[in-house]
Amino acid sequence: MTGWLLLCLGAAVGAPARYLVDRTVQARHDSLLPWGTLTVNVVGSLVLGVLVGRGAHGGVPEDVTLAFGTGLCGALTTYSTFSYETLRLTEDGALLYAGWNVALSLTVGLAAAAAGYAIGTAL
Amino acid sequence: MPPHQPPGHRPPTDGRSFDVVAAVDPDADLHVPGQRRGWTRHRWVLPTIALGGVLGALARHGLEVAWATPDGGFPWATFVTNVTGCLLIGVLMVQVVEVGGAHPLLRPFLGVGVLGGYTTFSTYAVQTFLLVEHHPGTAAAYLLGTLVAAMAAVTAGVVAARAARRLARRAGRRHPRPQTRPTHRPEDTR
Repeated sequence: MTGWLLLCLGAAVGAPARYLVDRTVQARHDSLLPWGTLTVNVVGSLVLGVLVGRGAHGGVPEDVTLAFGTGLCGALTTYSTFSYETLRLTEDGALLYAGWNVALSLTVGLAAAAAGYAIGTAL
Repeated sequence: MPPHQPPGHRPPTDGRSFDVVAAVDPDADLHVPGQRRGWTRHRWVLPTIALGGVLGALARHGLEVAWATPDGGFPWATFVTNVTGCLLIGVLMVQVVEVGGAHPLLRPFLGVGVLGGYTTFSTYAVQTFLLVEHHPGTAAAYLLGTLVAAMAAVTAGVVAARAARRLARRAGRRHPRPQTRPTHRPEDTR
């Protein structure tokens, strides 16, 4: 029961945090690339990687995983915004940017998860 | 930047179309006329996003618990979550951006909150990483399969919502009601 509550708490922080980070980052860039979404997705992947890496080797209480992993990181990161932004870039003819958005999100996101996992293991 | 301008309103310095910059980001779009005030100044925006995020995360977690992935297996629960979330954001964004007239809190609640909290990139990235070492085939299928299915889903959502809008307009012309509000054609608002 407390687990579900902690999950809700994490998500209640993660979703507005995504909105605020996205706006802040986006306002500082004139580039067509959606840097805001890329930033939250990479940061969330890194943090979840740390949690999972630590969990695999040292043990992380389930409540912490639910609050920070499933709740916070899950709500901080998004696939729906990523896909919609990619579609809009494609529709607007910015195919190169759509391709870059996909390539950067996947490679940097995956690298962040791997780096986080390594950090979590070393902790 | 002059202080009276919202931050997103700087003209692009690289000479590309400003409309493209404006239209792309569904979470940080400051450019939809009539939405701007409600979107940025409404004091309920952040609590609304938080509530939506909680509901979306609960739905995602519920699906993950009910449909647990065995070790080394294809993470179907997260796959389905992300793909359905992308389908729904396509429908929602046509309604909000192209049709217009939506409540200013609809997009913060459903788009940023519920669908943002429901879909996840972090779980997708970490699951792929965990599969890479012992199940590289599954990892590749999951990484690229999610991408392809998500892009197909968001496209299908947008296309279906536009088609529904056209049908509704045509039906409206055939049976005009006496005092209908003027409708905006999506082409005019883009």
